[in-house]
Amino acid sequence: MNPSSSPQPHPSISLAVIGSGGAGVMTAGQTLLDAAAASGLFGLMTRATGPQIRGGEAAAILRLAPAPVECQDDRLDLVLAIDWNKAERFADELILDASSRLIVDPGQGDTPAWIQESGAELIEVPLGALTREHRGARANTIAVGLIGELIGLPAMIVERTVRRILDNKGAKLIDGALAGLALGRAAAGGMARAEHRISPVENPARRWLITGNEAVGLGAIRAGIRFCAAYPITPSTEIQEWLAAHLPEVGGSLVQAEDELASINMCLGASFGGVPALTATSGPGFSLMVEALGLATQAEIPVVVVDVMRGGPSTGIPTRSEQSDLNIAVVGAHGDAPRLVLAPNSIGDCLTTTQWAVQLAEALQSPAVVLSDQRLGQARATIAPPPSRDSQASRRLAETDGRHYARFADTADGISPMALPGQAGGEYTATGLSHMVSARPSASGRDHQHQLDKRQRKFERFDFGDDWADVDGEGDMVVLTWGSTTLPAREAVTRVRARGQAIRLVSVRLLSPLNGGALSALLQPASRVLIVEQSHGGQFYRHLRAHIDLPGHTRLFNRPGPLNITPGQIAQAIESAALEDAA
Amino acid sequence: MSSSAEQAITVLRHKDFKSDYKPVWCAGCGDFGVLNALTKAMAALELKPENVAMIAGIGCSSRIPAYTSVYGFHGVHGRALPLATGLAISRPDLTVIASGGDGDGFSIGGNHFLHACRRNVNMTYLVMDNSVYGMTKGQASPTTEFDWTGSRLSPQGTGQPPLQPLEIALAAGAPFIARAFSNSPNDLARVIAEAIGFEGFAFVQILSPCITFRPEQLGWKKRVHDGFEPADSRAAAYAALAADDGFTTGILYHAPRPAYRPPDAPRADLDRIERCFEVLS
Repeated sequence: MNPSSSPQPHPSISLAVIGSGGAGVMTAGQTLLDAAAASGLFGLMTRATGPQIRGGEAAAILRLAPAPVECQDDRLDLVLAIDWNKAERFADELILDASSRLIVDPGQGDTPAWIQESGAELIEVPLGALTREHRGARANTIAVGLIGELIGLPAMIVERTVRRILDNKGAKLIDGALAGLALGRAAAGGMARAEHRISPVENPARRWLITGNEAVGLGAIRAGIRFCAAYPITPSTEIQEWLAAHLPEVGGSLVQAEDELASINMCLGASFGGVPALTATSGPGFSLMVEALGLATQAEIPVVVVDVMRGGPSTGIPTRSEQSDLNIAVVGAHGDAPRLVLAPNSIGDCLTTTQWAVQLAEALQSPAVVLSDQRLGQARATIAPPPSRDSQASRRLAETDGRHYARFADTADGISPMALPGQAGGEYTATGLSHMVSARPSASGRDHQHQLDKRQRKFERFDFGDDWADVDGEGDMVVLTWGSTTLPAREAVTRVRARGQAIRLVSVRLLSPLNGGALSALLQPASRVLIVEQSHGGQFYRHLRAHIDLPGHTRLFNRPGPLNITPGQIAQAIESAALEDAA
Repeated sequence: MSSSAEQAITVLRHKDFKSDYKPVWCAGCGDFGVLNALTKAMAALELKPENVAMIAGIGCSSRIPAYTSVYGFHGVHGRALPLATGLAISRPDLTVIASGGDGDGFSIGGNHFLHACRRNVNMTYLVMDNSVYGMTKGQASPTTEFDWTGSRLSPQGTGQPPLQPLEIALAAGAPFIARAFSNSPNDLARVIAEAIGFEGFAFVQILSPCITFRPEQLGWKKRVHDGFEPADSRAAAYAALAADDGFTTGILYHAPRPAYRPPDAPRADLDRIERCFEVLS
């Protein structure tokens, strides 16, 4: 497969630093990304590691460009291998070809066959020997100096970035690192090639360097979340860590709970008390939280769960992405338990979608699930700062006079004013039992149906506005996607458009309740619909089929994780669909 | 400020803390005594009903929040303590009381019990222990004797030693541990009031007979005796437990240690937090 023949939306450089876990691969990648950002460039760094923390394989995969990039390219221009430890595990995702260059240390032994067979140009640099030239120089800083020089990053900016990253690590370490950079730059002499250089941007606009997980945390705080309880789990832990540092600064608190059951129930306790609460987890933890989602629906208590999806089922692949938790997010609970399910479709959108999810959860007194994934959560990118969305979440509160407060009172829009502890006259008992409007438990079929109807009405009457999906462009053909698969789909669509084909991209953000009417109106006139998702069973496709009539000419391009779906693969699928039309 | 006359009017009696719901409990259930003692304790402490939250999981005794006139949360099985923890941490102005039975607290919720003891958030946990699952009609609970054959699920007895809630609470680090009997209303009310007044996690095991499925528990009246003196050392508390026959009542352990508090960090505005993402050139 060589999808690189597709035209690129704008020039970019793709490179990777690989080595064993602990070799400093991620630090090298981050230094290059930061230095590129400081040079006015945009960029993205994806982490690829095995499930073990140290000793296994690790790759920092970067793409740098003068305009925002949020997904990896189909192939790599440049790879630097610090060592070959378990490098064969990357054979599927480090796509090299005859115009790629690979920098290796001859002291590391034979170059793996899959790399030799790619036809990439091999350049030998004695990284190990160079580290011995200066005490304190490490192979990863030499790699940074070398790559920085090859791609044209100003040496001054790279040095300043290294100083900033090592700020409090002591002069000795900084001296060693700077020496490593110089050795790397010297080793690059005569190797530079014009097509692998990228020009720094003068007077660049304001930019942020942020991961998807950090963006979720910031979106939560922006929306007014002031309580978090969580249990660490890859790849969501950075959300909890970021909130642990920053929630107290805005008067909130975070608890490391004993498990996920405790996490979400602690959040329900806080939210019952009127404090907006969020927990973050990944698939296995999310499975444990499903019981409490039903409680939140029945007791009408807002809560937000961010599920940073990974390969499943069971423990699955903790460090790699998949979109296979959609089913459980939408319907996972016993009984009829409607809830909000949203998905961010870019790193910046992790902020805005989380913020929206909190606002919706509070407004509708409902659980909300945000489906991020490893590809979004652990990727670090330079982005334009997301627009500030001033409105904080607000909940409809009861005014009680001490008489006849009915917690679950029927209202036209199904939303019942909520009394909070501390408020005299509002005393009631929230319950997971079916109940009357007064909250008094009831086994009556009439009461049960009445409350089910009331809760359903909340979702039917609410005006979700235009944010339910991002719709881009016009065309007879529609590419329909959600979450992180939107990233490569967006680039694939750009490439196809560059060849003159009109095409529309629809990325659904509000997955439940699905805006079926508006989506049908977008899809029905199309002559061809291509659904793109990263699951084995076509969960998105089936979810859509459950709610709307898909046009006859609907095709599904799906595959499970962990390999990312690339722009080239989607472009190819679009072409195949178009060819079918012509035939 | 209200006058002293007005204040006198606002003082509530224990009946004012009861709701008008008729409990689903069987006649003779020990939990009636707990409800009485609890409302007496709340009245004696002159709590405002709106500032109290009763949190429970699932089971006969877990219905107790609805029978009080304070705020309540009747959640899912075994999760009363996490609910109470989240509420108590985010709303330190409230009096938070978690309650439930031995199955809810020590079986499905066992892990939460351990961690609530060591986390030491300011709240009270009342466990109405009758050594049987009443709501599902009579199965063994974690505190059931090993040779009890009254359950169709364990016709030969459980064969397992009963769990020792007080020993576990002590080992897990709870700073206030007591045992009381539902049929001694004044003693029980006093212990509950002390537990509520305690700054930190206070655990009270309340022997509360289920005479429907364990009629022999009518005999608890004769077996219960006082004897625990509030120990402030773990060694003394362990010694008291070594001599315990399971029916000793009183405060076993009372050793204040700083309760969990949300971090009291300096406040920052959102702009300052957002600036940490700015690219520096």
